Amino acid sequence: MSDESVIRLENVGTRLGEQMIHRDINLRVNRGDILGVVGKSGSGKTTLLREMIGLQAPTEGHVYLFGQRLDILNPEQLAALHQRCGILFQGGALFSAFNVFDNIAFPLRESRFVDENLVRQLVCMKLGMVGLDRDAALRLPAELSGGMVKRAALARALALEPELLLLDEPTSGLDPLASEDFIKLLSTLHQELGFTLVMVTHDLDVMRDLCQVLAVLADGRLLAYGSAAEVRSSREPLVREFFHGEYAERVFAGAVGAPP
Amino acid sequence: MSSQPLFTDTEPPDIRVERTADGFITIKLTGHWTLRGVAQHAHRLQRELRKYTSDPEVHWNLNTISALDSVGAFVLWRATEGRRPQHLVVRPEHIPLFRRWTDWQVPQEPLIETAPLDIVSSAARLGRNAVEHINGFLSLIGQFVLDCLWLLRHPGSTPWRDISATIYQAGFKALGITALVGFLTGVVVSYLSALELKSFGAGNFIVLIVGIGVLRELGPMLTAVLVAGRSGSAMTAQLGVMRVNQELDALSAMGVSQSLRLVLPKIVALIVVMPLLVVWSDILGILGGIFAARATLGIGLWQFVAAFPNAVPLANLWLGIGKGAVFGALVALIACHFGLRIKPDTESLAIETTRAVVSAITLAIIVDALFAIIFRNVGLP
Repeated sequence: MSDESVIRLENVGTRLGEQMIHRDINLRVNRGDILGVVGKSGSGKTTLLREMIGLQAPTEGHVYLFGQRLDILNPEQLAALHQRCGILFQGGALFSAFNVFDNIAFPLRESRFVDENLVRQLVCMKLGMVGLDRDAALRLPAELSGGMVKRAALARALALEPELLLLDEPTSGLDPLASEDFIKLLSTLHQELGFTLVMVTHDLDVMRDLCQVLAVLADGRLLAYGSAAEVRSSREPLVREFFHGEYAERVFAGAVGAPP
Repeated sequence: MSSQPLFTDTEPPDIRVERTADGFITIKLTGHWTLRGVAQHAHRLQRELRKYTSDPEVHWNLNTISALDSVGAFVLWRATEGRRPQHLVVRPEHIPLFRRWTDWQVPQEPLIETAPLDIVSSAARLGRNAVEHINGFLSLIGQFVLDCLWLLRHPGSTPWRDISATIYQAGFKALGITALVGFLTGVVVSYLSALELKSFGAGNFIVLIVGIGVLRELGPMLTAVLVAGRSGSAMTAQLGVMRVNQELDALSAMGVSQSLRLVLPKIVALIVVMPLLVVWSDILGILGGIFAARATLGIGLWQFVAAFPNAVPLANLWLGIGKGAVFGALVALIACHFGLRIKPDTESLAIETTRAVVSAITLAIIVDALFAIIFRNVGLP
């Protein structure tokens, strides 16, 4: 297998109770790509994201992360792989009992190979990267706005310098301005740090401005895969429904491949 | 970033100083300038680098670095104090990492103030807290009374379903554990007293001891402790999670009174169900007592039951049931008081739930002592 694929899914299928959430999914994410997994609510996008890094095991097929098959790894090897991934959960999943500073410091302290002095410096660096100031650092998650929660959670996901960053609905719950800022921030950080980015989204602005590759999930299958322009020209009715609604036409009007 | 290895095969970062023939100093950096490589050596590296950063004539060669991430770039940036060296060679793929070199905005480390222990101010805080708790508790009781008066005028709005659900949860589902604890306590009290009474030849007094002990003290007290631990904690946690999920706000926004729908049903349900549980655990306790009395003293079931009405005044049963109702109100009020104080974070949830259970049990014991003093002339032979 090639060194370049960060994630590879082979015939992945998931059954939840009686219901087959998705089947026969083959997907490959190359190093440095920005992949958007797209689909309606309930199409199993988040499940697929969780399966990509082994938070959940698929019922069928295999998942390869950094070239290693996840279902045959022992917990230690899996933990070592997880240290190379950062994940931003939909609600941020910040530890509510810690302030922002300690939330970001947590993975660094937990890894035990960074001394406290450097931890403090690195946390400040990450805060600067995501655009938070020192006043925000001492606040508890409950005292933050939605946009700040996302930024703090992003800083925590980036704490261990991940090669792969997974985002679950990065712009959900943000107002349009905050959402635009967050997309810009992700794009800048991607250029700067060169990580691979995989996200689950149904935000058309994110697909247009951020994603290089889109994978469309509908009806439990991967119906289209490719750049926004390629996906939009797909003949699958479910894909057309998604990308040729009135709002989608407005979002993509003359903008494919050319972010403003 | 492209060749970042696992932690195990990290090549340590190193600084090589080379002097060219024409007197220039070239600094070559090698190894992994990544989080895992740099972490142990950050201070040594920064110290060494600082020796050269002040000299603008030094040539920096970063071409030989095997891997670089933002932590490595940050360490270099700290060492140069934000001044980009004039002679600098960087691999093309590393250029984006240094884009911020001249204007990297890093917030100051936040100062965490640890105020010195001040007895006066901490005592003042303790006092304020106590006043706040008493205030909150009294206003909860006040609100409960107001709600009851309001319900007298609007009986149609009584939250019967919530009351009955709480009765089922806190009462019916507690039957097993109260029965077990009640029975075993009866056995223990009866057995220990019987051993003593036998040596005095006063075996008949076992009826009096078990009867008064269980009906007057042990039944109500044990039930209160069990209900506080079982249902009180559940009530506090439920209100707390509702706060975390903004369900409390949702209720208020719909114009539904929190106190009427969440607090009142719990208090009413426990006032109803606690006396019933007390009677239930009394019965099991006395059965346990009979069981042990027969084993140690040879007093049979019918003999025990026949002697019971004469030995134990009826007042003790009423006293125990009354205590049960008071303890029930107390447990529910305290659970709601602490539950509504929970802030939307996990730590507060844990602290307030603990406090609710501990305070409920402690207050129940204090109130029990008050009962003992007030009713010292009632029901004792």
